[in-house]
This record gives sequence, C-alpha cells and structure tokens, in this order.
Amino acid sequence: MTLDADVDGPVIAVEHLHKAYGPTVAVDDVSFEVRKGEIFGLLGSNGAGKTTTVECLEGLRRPDGGRVSVLGIDPLAHPERLRGRVGCQLQESHLPERMRVWEALDLFAAAAPHPIDYNVLLDDWGLTAKRKAAFGNLSGGQRQRLLVALALVSEPEVVFLDEMTTGLDPAARRTSWELIERIRDRGTTVVLVTHFMDEADRLCDRVAVMDDGVIVALDTPARLIAASAGAVRVTFTAEGDFEWLTALDVVHRVGRHGAWVEAFGEGPVINHVAAALLERGLAPLDLQTERPTLEETFLKLTGHQLD
Amino acid sequence: MKLWRTMTWGELKLFLREPLTVVFAFGFPLVMLLVLAEVFGTTPTDEPTAEGLMPWRGVPPLSYYVPGYIALAAAAVGLIMIPAHLSSYRERGVLRRFRAASIPASTIFGSQIAVQFVLSALGGLLVLVASYTIYDIAAPSDAFGATIAFLFCIAAFAAIGVLLGAVMPSPRAAQGAGVLLFIVMLMLCGTGPPREVMTSTMNSIADALPLSHGVQAIQDPWLGFGWNFTQLGILTGIAVVCGVLATLAFRRQ
Repeated sequence: MTLDADVDGPVIAVEHLHKAYGPTVAVDDVSFEVRKGEIFGLLGSNGAGKTTTVECLEGLRRPDGGRVSVLGIDPLAHPERLRGRVGCQLQESHLPERMRVWEALDLFAAAAPHPIDYNVLLDDWGLTAKRKAAFGNLSGGQRQRLLVALALVSEPEVVFLDEMTTGLDPAARRTSWELIERIRDRGTTVVLVTHFMDEADRLCDRVAVMDDGVIVALDTPARLIAASAGAVRVTFTAEGDFEWLTALDVVHRVGRHGAWVEAFGEGPVINHVAAALLERGLAPLDLQTERPTLEETFLKLTGHQLD
Repeated sequence: MKLWRTMTWGELKLFLREPLTVVFAFGFPLVMLLVLAEVFGTTPTDEPTAEGLMPWRGVPPLSYYVPGYIALAAAAVGLIMIPAHLSSYRERGVLRRFRAASIPASTIFGSQIAVQFVLSALGGLLVLVASYTIYDIAAPSDAFGATIAFLFCIAAFAAIGVLLGAVMPSPRAAQGAGVLLFIVMLMLCGTGPPREVMTSTMNSIADALPLSHGVQAIQDPWLGFGWNFTQLGILTGIAVVCGVLATLAFRRQ
C-alpha cells in the first residue's frame, strides 16, 4: 500500500466496528469516515461508546470485529508507521507527579520524527509561566491543557481529543476552541470526543451522535438540528386570540402559554410574524425567536438527556 | 536513541526527586552496614560454630559484609524503587499515554533498565566509599571479577523489579511486596547474620532467594575465592526468566 493512494481518501475509515467488554457491548457495528481537514465530533453521554471507538483508532484497543484505518494504516498492526503523524489526548491519563511541564514536552518531542518548538505550544496553551512546575502541582485545567499540548507537539496530521475541555473554566474553554480551530486551519484533521453540546455545535464540521454503542445520526450540526428538531418557536406577550397567524405560510401552529403567545413554524418565522403584527398596529417589545438547539436534537434522537 | 536518552535522563531525575524512596533504598542498608561493622568489627573470629564452620567465611566480618551490601544496593533498587514506580505508571495511564505516542515498549523498558544500573551503581558506590572511609579493611582481591558479578546481580534484580511492576495490581501492593521481599532477603541472604550460624531451614530459604546468589557471586572474587560461575549462571537464569515473564505480563495488558 502506498501513502499516495490515500491522499484523496478519508483520513479515518471505520467499518462495522464492534467491541464488547465481557457481556457488555460497548460499540456495535459502527461505521463512519473522517475527511481530511475537518473537525469531526463524536457526541454522546457517558458510556455511549465514544471513547472505546477512539481508543480503537488510537491503537490502544483491539476491535472484536470490523476494520479501522487511520491515514490508510491499521493502527494496531503498524503503530510505528503512525508515529508522530497522530496526536492523542487521552481521557484517563496522567503524567508522573514530579515530571515538569517542559520535561513532558521535551520527552514527547523526542518521540516524534519532526516535532515543533514546544515553546510555541507553551505560549499558545497558556503554560509558559508553568514550564518548570511539576505535573502534580498543576490545576485540573492546566493539566488538561498540557495533555492537549503533548498531543500536538509532533505536529500530527490527525489529532484525537477526548473530552478536551472537561475541567476547564469557561474562559479557558473558549480559548481552547479558538486554538482547535487554528489547528484545523493549518490542515490538521481533528476528532473531538465530547458530551458538551455547545462545543460540538460551535466546533464540529460534522457530528456523529452516539448512543448505546451505535451511531444514531451523522451530519453537520445545522442539518442535524433542522432534520430532527424542526420547529422554530416565536414568542411574545399579548392579550387576545392570535390563531389568525396560522394564515402565514411559515407558521404551522399557534399556542398560548400564560401571558405568552407561541407561534411554531419553519424558516424566517419571526420576520413574518413581526410584519403581520405591525400591520395590525402591534409591536410587542418582547418578540423573540427560539431556535431549536443541538440539545433538543440530541434529546429527540436518543430519547434522553445528556449527562 | 535520542528518545531513549531523553527518557532515561528524565526517569533518573524523577527517581532522585522521590527523597523518601532514595533515603530508604540507599540510607537503610548503609545504616545497617555501619551497625554490623560496629558490632562485629574488622577482625576475623577464631571460634567455630557447632558444625565446625568459621562464621563470616573466616574473613573479617566487615570484609564479608561490604560485597554483600553492594549486592543489596541492586536489590533495594529492584525491589523497592522500580515495582512501585512502574505499577503507578500502569495505574495512572502513563504507559498508555506512551503507547498512544507510539513510544516502543523496548524504549520504555530499556530506559528503566538503564536507570536501575545507574542507581544500583550509585548505591554500591555509596557502600564502598562509606566503609572504606570509616574503616580500615583490605582491598578486594579481584575487583574486576566482583564488578562483573555486580552487573549480573543488577540485571537479575532489574528483571525482578520490572516483573513485580507488571504483575502487582496497584502501586501500594507493589511497594508492600517489594519492601517485604527486601527485608526477608536482607535478613537471610548473608547480609544479616552470617550464613554459617543460620539453621539449615534458614539456609534453604536463603538459597531460594535471588539475593543470596548475588551476594555470593560478588563475595567470592572479592574475598579471593575466585569467580563463581554457578552463581553467575543462576543470576543470568533469573534475569532471563523474569524478563520474559515481565514482557508477557506487559503485553497482556
């Protein structure tokens, strides 16, 4: 197999992946492809099989059935061929307590064929002041950022980030998102495992929603929302009957919730409702639209809340 | 090679940053040796045992103990330091993280073994310097032979250390098992009471423990009894068997 043959193919291919731990099936007939340069999300609750799937791709677990390939290479059979080309941030992983930040980066840089200058990573991930601190003395967020930086020190073509922002404060999460987008903009393919809806929505080009070991949906966040959640809801407070709004093409149904009038529909509902109200001399100040979120989509797809 | 060097140097620093382990592994044997030197002194005894054996092989007690305590330095590193260290790497996911970075297992074990050689050599040197500085004792009669035997002894305990690190379920268990084995060996293998005064049961147990072979392998050339190829062979066997078992145990995980 030559590497050139894979240039236009998928960066990652998973076909009918199956993995069980004793009687518990963790991943059941999962197939998907990840394209070059995209941020691909695996979204699901704890125990949905996301981490097991990614660990099979990282060469850390042997699938019971099916095939996986990363950059056209079987990660279990030929880990040495992926050395430096794949970066991993594992969920349950620590470094030795007394290892210093710079020592960790130095070690992982030594393991890579073409490492980047880790001082840039220290700077990017806000760890410059901590370069001589021991891993055991770092805060949860600092540890997490170091583990992500370690995944990037080999300047990988593919990077796996498993629950990258868990334990980060909101500001650090936003910074991380920007950094991940910058990594992608440099051409790196990113596989992001997350149970945060906002993260998947904000970052991912495509999302595979996993539940109970299977993929229940796979598409762009926008299309996932449009396909399953459907209705846009426009609300305002007013007295009286507004059933007449259903005459508008974009409004399917009108309801009332206490003082609130609710108009459900599709497309630019708020624009049409506002115009129709204005025509009748009504201009409610609290007119607002609520778009369905990925959270609602997830709820509909899986029948339960994310935990 | 560069990776191996970086990792070995980093691991050495990590060990030296564990003051408690270092003090216990290096300090405790040294204190024991100095106590034994004060109690039994540097002149050979002329009172044979009931079986007609001369305690301490008929040599000055301290000359008997110094090569033994050099062997003990290797045991301290292999039993006390390495197992807890490696099993905590396993438990905390450090090994998995290394594997995810495609760091070959041979590099990880290679650097652990290099670290054991360096630390054991430091421990042995400490015993040597302390005893020759404080006491007036004869130089080893075959320093080269003793050094070679010490290297075999380190290899055997390196393999034992890696094996314990592979099979012990947790760092606590590894630490406990390591210290227990260390104390038992210290008492029975010619680094506590002289072998000649021990009962035959104690001697049989001692013969089953790796340290007694390390002690004798170093003691024989040191005291002028010549190279002991049987003991060197036993040490090699321990190194090979434990090394293979450790590799299998790590591969299974």
